[in-house]
Amino acid sequence: MSIRVRNVSKRFLNFTALADVSIDVASGSLTALLGPSGSGKSTLLRVIAGLERPDAGTVELDGEDATPLSPQNRGVGFVFQHYAAFKHMTVRDNVAFALKIRKQPRDEIRERVDELLELVQLQGFGHRYPAQLSGGQRQRMALARALAAKPKVLLLDEPFGALDARVRLELRAWLRQLHEETHTTTVFVTHDQEEAMEISDSVVVMNAGRVEQVAPPQVLYDEPVNEFVMSFVGQANRFGDGWVRPHDLQITLDPNGSTREALVERLAHLGHEVRAELVRDDGERLTIQLTRERADQLELASGQIVYVRPTRETIF
Amino acid sequence: MRRLAVRYAALGYLAVVLLAPISMIFWRIEAEGVGKAWSALTEADTVHAFKVTLILAAIAVPLNTIFGVTCALAIVRRRFPGKGLLNAFVDLPLALSPVVVGLSLFLLYGRTGWLGPSINIQVLFALPAMVLATVFVSVPFVAREVVPTLREIGDEQEQAAHTLGASGWQTFWRITLPSIRWAVIYGVVLTTARCLGEYGAVAIVSGGISGRTETATLRVQDYYENLNQAGAYGISLALCGVALVVLAVMTLLKPKEGAA
Amino acid sequence: MIVALPIAALVSSSRSDGWSGFWSSVSSPEAVAALKLTLVVAALVALTNAVSGTLVAWVLVRDEFPGKSVVNALVDLPFALPTIVAGLVTLALYGPDSPVGIHLAFTRAAIYLVLLFVTLPFVVRTVQPVLLELDRTMEEAARSLGARETAVFFRIVLPNVLPGILSGVAMAFARAVGEIGAIVILSGNLPFRTEVASVYVLEQSQSGNATGAAAVAVLLLAISFAVLLLIGAMRRVATRHERA
Repeated sequence: MSIRVRNVSKRFLNFTALADVSIDVASGSLTALLGPSGSGKSTLLRVIAGLERPDAGTVELDGEDATPLSPQNRGVGFVFQHYAAFKHMTVRDNVAFALKIRKQPRDEIRERVDELLELVQLQGFGHRYPAQLSGGQRQRMALARALAAKPKVLLLDEPFGALDARVRLELRAWLRQLHEETHTTTVFVTHDQEEAMEISDSVVVMNAGRVEQVAPPQVLYDEPVNEFVMSFVGQANRFGDGWVRPHDLQITLDPNGSTREALVERLAHLGHEVRAELVRDDGERLTIQLTRERADQLELASGQIVYVRPTRETIF
Repeated sequence: MRRLAVRYAALGYLAVVLLAPISMIFWRIEAEGVGKAWSALTEADTVHAFKVTLILAAIAVPLNTIFGVTCALAIVRRRFPGKGLLNAFVDLPLALSPVVVGLSLFLLYGRTGWLGPSINIQVLFALPAMVLATVFVSVPFVAREVVPTLREIGDEQEQAAHTLGASGWQTFWRITLPSIRWAVIYGVVLTTARCLGEYGAVAIVSGGISGRTETATLRVQDYYENLNQAGAYGISLALCGVALVVLAVMTLLKPKEGAA
Repeated sequence: MIVALPIAALVSSSRSDGWSGFWSSVSSPEAVAALKLTLVVAALVALTNAVSGTLVAWVLVRDEFPGKSVVNALVDLPFALPTIVAGLVTLALYGPDSPVGIHLAFTRAAIYLVLLFVTLPFVVRTVQPVLLELDRTMEEAARSLGARETAVFFRIVLPNVLPGILSGVAMAFARAVGEIGAIVILSGNLPFRTEVASVYVLEQSQSGNATGAAAVAVLLLAISFAVLLLIGAMRRVATRHERA
């Protein structure tokens, strides 16, 4: 199901959460809404779900105007950051909820719940209560619950935000895989740009209630449209008037024409990469990324004076 | 639409059950005549009845405040066998009918009771029994307010005070008491309201002798049964006024008590 | 000490005529009628409060309207007001000179109505904090899964608020069973018709039958205790998902 948001605005008292936002989400895609706190990404997601009413603008689902529809009638599945588990019901009853509401026959419900529990690998946990599950298990249950009624759109609001780092990585990859199998249109909100870059087909970068750029991850990284996107997605150094990525800075031991002098402050050895923090002659700080081989070649050490030059620069 | 219906249903219920009866006090005083009500209020026996009520409250409230705070401290901060029983006993008067309370005191101190013959002063049909009854029914309030507050703040501050050299009493006075003060005050207000409104237990143990062992609440019934409606409503108005003041104080204190 | 001793005296003196004496006091027709009336009315009052108290708590927590804080404060009025006054004014409202033309004085209905006043705060005050703490995203999740508003209330909100309702109902029941001040003027205390157990005990003790009074009082105590235990058990069942 495709999603079309047109000119949506939303204010909460004095705070403008969304200012004239328009986006298109292609049917079957996995899209990330990425941005810092307060950028409006959760509000946008909730407007699409019908959990918030916009002050202005429309939401179209599959070409039909869904703006006046309540969340019950939009055919969306929603996953919350803190799971929103029905704590007074067992895992099975949680997952079966949407089906029970639709008064489906008992055996069909049982079959579907079994199917879903297997999908999220919670078989055998059916008769437990959410209080007995770990955070990751609860979120998988919440996902199964949202998928039960075969929604046409799956919406996730910072789904992994409340989980441990490792569980977060596991579930992130697992979400991508699930998407490959089901091809449900999926939109998820995150403030973690790595997460957005790793699994999405398309990323919507938001800031202060506006959309800054919509593009596939690689395009976002290589061709940011403004300073905000450049510095938010991936690391970026200011270099005079322009911006340079850490791996687009060349280090030499001798000056040559367009190079600037810099002092190596700190080296961080990250496996096969080395990240160097430098201070330029005019005080500007730089972060450079190089391979271990190159770092060894230069015999880089803290306190050393080197010369830097951008191999690729972006100016807005 | 549905929200309005729900709202009006709730407010309607409150209006019928709560407001309508209260407004009757004013209605009735007007009907009977303010003058009659006033003269009943200033009658000697009535004044005496109010005095008795105040004396009972003046004794019971401080006693139960000290007892309540002590109990709360014991329940929250100490372990001892029978702690659960203490907790239950403190809560007991809330579940008991005042009549049961009065009757048990009556049986205990009466002429054929366990303690009656061995005590020289007159207990029943006199102030001592009334004090006992009033104290009994108002036991729970201070403790019940202080216990959750004590639990919430924890004893770290007290431990810190001890390591800095404070004695038990100093710690209590300077650290513990200030941190529970709003809960104590709120509990005192509830206790006072309960004392002022007590009827059943005192009715049994005091005999309700006008001019001697009658409280304000007993006097209301006295007036009513003697067909002096003006008097009954007059006292009721006074008591209602006090209740509204109590209510206002409770409302002002609630956020502080919750935030403490 | 102040608490335990009198109760013990009560229990022992109730048996001072032996068990057969106890039994005959308790099973006298007047006593039985009084007990029945007390328990039935208290149950009705508790059940009414379960519904109305939840309703009022809902409006106070979820709704906004001018004067809400005043209404919230007034809910505590029955706690602050002496019960004899409550009885008197209910009598004025529904009695022989009633301004609204309803004449219910000296009837069982009057007892029911005045007890509604007296027990008003209990369920409201136990439900309010539970409602305040309720995780609203559960309701949003239910909506996103297709549940209509009534389904959201009955399947999601109510089960989670139930422990609060039960606590309040228990307290309201205990209070209604024991209430004396509000009833003594209002009901006319007609034996077999509007005499409640607490009034029966009062009158028996004032007419010299302290033992009989004690017997009924003890029975009342035992029944209240049993009901409280029952409600406590219901509470534990309703919250078993938390202890799982």
